[in-house]
Amino acid sequence: MREISCKLLVIGAGPGGYVCAIRAGQLGLDTVIVDAGKPGGTCLNVGCIPSKALIHAAEEYEKVLHYAADAGPLGISLREPAIDLARTVAWKDNIVGRLNTGVAGLLRKAKVKTVEGRARFRDGKTVEVETETGRQVIRAEAVVIATGSAPVELPALPFGGPIISSTGALALAELPQNLIVVGAGYIGLELGMAFARMGSRLTVVEALPRILPQYDAELTRPVVKRLEALGAELLLGAKARGLSSTGDKLLVETADGRELQLAADRILVAVGRRPVIEGWGLDEIDLDRDGAFIRIDDHCRTSMRGVYAIGDVTGEPMLAHRAMAQGEMVAEIIAGRKRSWDKRVIPAICFTDPEIVTAGLSPEAARAAGREVTVGQFPFTANGRAMTRQGEDGFVRIVARTDNHLVLGIQAVGQGVSELAACFGLAIEMGACLEDVAATIHAHPTQGEAFQEAALKALGHALHI
Amino acid sequence: MAEHVIRLPDVGEGIAEAELVEWHVKIGDVVREDAVLAAVMTDKATVEIPSPVDGEVLWLGAEVGAMVAVGAPLVRLKTEGEGLIAPQEPLEAQQPHEARPLIVAEAAKPAQIAATRPSEPVETKPTMAAPRPAGGHRVAPGAPRPEGEKPLASPAVRLRAREAGIDLRQVAGTGPANRITHADLDAFMAGGLTVARTARQADTSIQEVKVIGLRRRIAEKMALAKSRIPHITYVEEVDVTALEELRAALNRDKRDDRPRLTLIPFLMRAMVRAIAEQPGMNALFDDEAGVIAIHGGVHIGIATQTPAGLVVPVVRHAEARDLWDCAAETARLAEAARAGLATREELTGSTITITSLGALGGIATTPVINHPEVAIVGVNKIAVRPVWDGSQFIPRKMMNLSSSFDHRVVDGWDAAVFVQRIKALLETPAMIFMET
Repeated sequence: MREISCKLLVIGAGPGGYVCAIRAGQLGLDTVIVDAGKPGGTCLNVGCIPSKALIHAAEEYEKVLHYAADAGPLGISLREPAIDLARTVAWKDNIVGRLNTGVAGLLRKAKVKTVEGRARFRDGKTVEVETETGRQVIRAEAVVIATGSAPVELPALPFGGPIISSTGALALAELPQNLIVVGAGYIGLELGMAFARMGSRLTVVEALPRILPQYDAELTRPVVKRLEALGAELLLGAKARGLSSTGDKLLVETADGRELQLAADRILVAVGRRPVIEGWGLDEIDLDRDGAFIRIDDHCRTSMRGVYAIGDVTGEPMLAHRAMAQGEMVAEIIAGRKRSWDKRVIPAICFTDPEIVTAGLSPEAARAAGREVTVGQFPFTANGRAMTRQGEDGFVRIVARTDNHLVLGIQAVGQGVSELAACFGLAIEMGACLEDVAATIHAHPTQGEAFQEAALKALGHALHI
Repeated sequence: MAEHVIRLPDVGEGIAEAELVEWHVKIGDVVREDAVLAAVMTDKATVEIPSPVDGEVLWLGAEVGAMVAVGAPLVRLKTEGEGLIAPQEPLEAQQPHEARPLIVAEAAKPAQIAATRPSEPVETKPTMAAPRPAGGHRVAPGAPRPEGEKPLASPAVRLRAREAGIDLRQVAGTGPANRITHADLDAFMAGGLTVARTARQADTSIQEVKVIGLRRRIAEKMALAKSRIPHITYVEEVDVTALEELRAALNRDKRDDRPRLTLIPFLMRAMVRAIAEQPGMNALFDDEAGVIAIHGGVHIGIATQTPAGLVVPVVRHAEARDLWDCAAETARLAEAARAGLATREELTGSTITITSLGALGGIATTPVINHPEVAIVGVNKIAVRPVWDGSQFIPRKMMNLSSSFDHRVVDGWDAAVFVQRIKALLETPAMIFMET
């Protein structure tokens, strides 16, 4: 097969890789992108997008269950609702398919050449791709590694049979009656809660003494409360030991040392993700590492000249929007523009029920960094819009420097707060002070008013509480 | 008001794109018809792009260093009168005159030599400059930023600073919490307020200078020469006492219409004599074809420092020129090169090269061969040194020659013979002029 020579080769068509390729195409760089799977990577195919589709279906179904039980004050009633998970999953697959086509179209529009297959480095400038039609050699002046991450497997609970990863959980054809989630991080809880809302009996096994350990207890409290309301069993400080000899029960050692045998038709192992650093010839180019990740500098350069890395393979936080921003930056650097990673904030969202949003520093983190901080917190119980959408649990919290009121961090927990991530990120990136947020008119009636009120509260003159 | 788009004109036959090497205007400037807007460089020449109309610059189409396709929009001007033309209208319709390119200087494509001199400071210009504040009022600087604290600025301000090569830590912020505003950056760029520094801080700023235009060509040429050619450098000292006496005498009694003699024309004539005996030194080695082209004509490149960088004008057919002619031609070419007026023909076609740093010449240098030539002769500084004449030390004017040869095709022995021959000629200058 004839060799391809190009200016830029992107390995991996996930959110980091495809954004990098599109931007490079826009800038007129001769660009090739390689991926064995459909464009969009983990995010679009087995991550962000399909999980949100499932979570939405679960939310809708839970509502109708609520009405069917004649329990709602809204005066809505109906009879015998049911969910056909196979159809739900088919609908989700349709959305994913539409987005696959969309990304492929965007790449085409940017004049990026797509090569389907598994890429492998021959040296820092040359890659071989095993395609369906044979071996394709690609030579490039610059290479971007965007190989992403994969779910971590537990040695005692290898994937297969009843033991599934997040990818497997998104493709279930039938609702599990008993679902055990091992790992109470955001992936496990997002999916676990979705299935619980659709009717699965949920058990969560977490080795640490609390759920969502990256967030402070105040933020996670409404989620714990909701888990309890869903009837989920939380085994905290507990360890999953493996399957019973019959293969249908999970052996768990509890915090107080008891051995439990838990019946489950599905066990979702969601204990984290690891960078994909094998299978594409890292050995051939011997890049410096940062733990398990590829070491990069603030230009996303690796230790080899002309080789860049972006996204999950480069470290935490493993988030699609970080990868996208890196991809865009790297394309511009390769096109000769002066760019450097100088983002102030990468917001993070946990799509549990209720949702959690964080941007910047928590009060503890800011204090640990030696800052004297002022904190303003405004509860959704005092927000009209939250009341009318029956989502009064939660709050918006703003953390600012005491001396000059510079906003250091913003957190929120509550129904639908994920959309507030946009204004939180903008405020910090623009260098807003409490007065800026407080003096910005936030439209009424919205949950966003709680953001303004939190700033007012930090300034000592909240109006609605 | 109308908008006028100036596209990159056809700057030469067969040229599809050109490198933008300089902007003569910035956004907001008012330009007159025929004022130079920009300079672009092809691999043959530097071309200035004049404005075909009067107007105000609204938009610049590329960054310095970028390759611009012929026909691509380069500048948008706001022009007076001629009715309202919507900016989105097809651009061809609003182009009353063609932009006329002016060829000002032929670029030195081949031919650079290792002669390092402190390079000229390169100016980096902000490319996304926001309109300058209209009033002349200055904002008061904010309080100094404590050490180690990140400068606070919006993403747009940070991007502008990065592109302009400005370290925001040095810019005072006047906004709340000392936030740096666009206006603060404007003030800093205008050269006004440099504050925000406490006493003695480590300066970790990095100024990025794009390697463009002539500098890029020099860089490519040097890399080519050094990576392809295994150099052998031979340094020998030459007693130039007699030569200097002759030169002084000739200069003292010269006719007014004749140029002042430097050492270079003597060296050129000596090289012509030495090459007559070793023609292989006056050659071009095409290492891809494996062919050495030995030239009869001795075309001597003279490495010349210009404000833009190193160029090598060529004295053609030195074998057919006498001493005065060599001197006059060398002086004329150096002047043309420094003024940027040397033509392409005058900057190409050398078969051997001389590099001289004059008074900065040092004791020895390691000249880089002007690929694809095979030899370069470097002149070092003349100094009075004590020389042992067999019974005593006597003061003599001594000068070293540092010469490099392509060791693939020139053996060390031949190199030494060549330099020794030049040495003998220079030490007994009458021999340079003896008819054989």
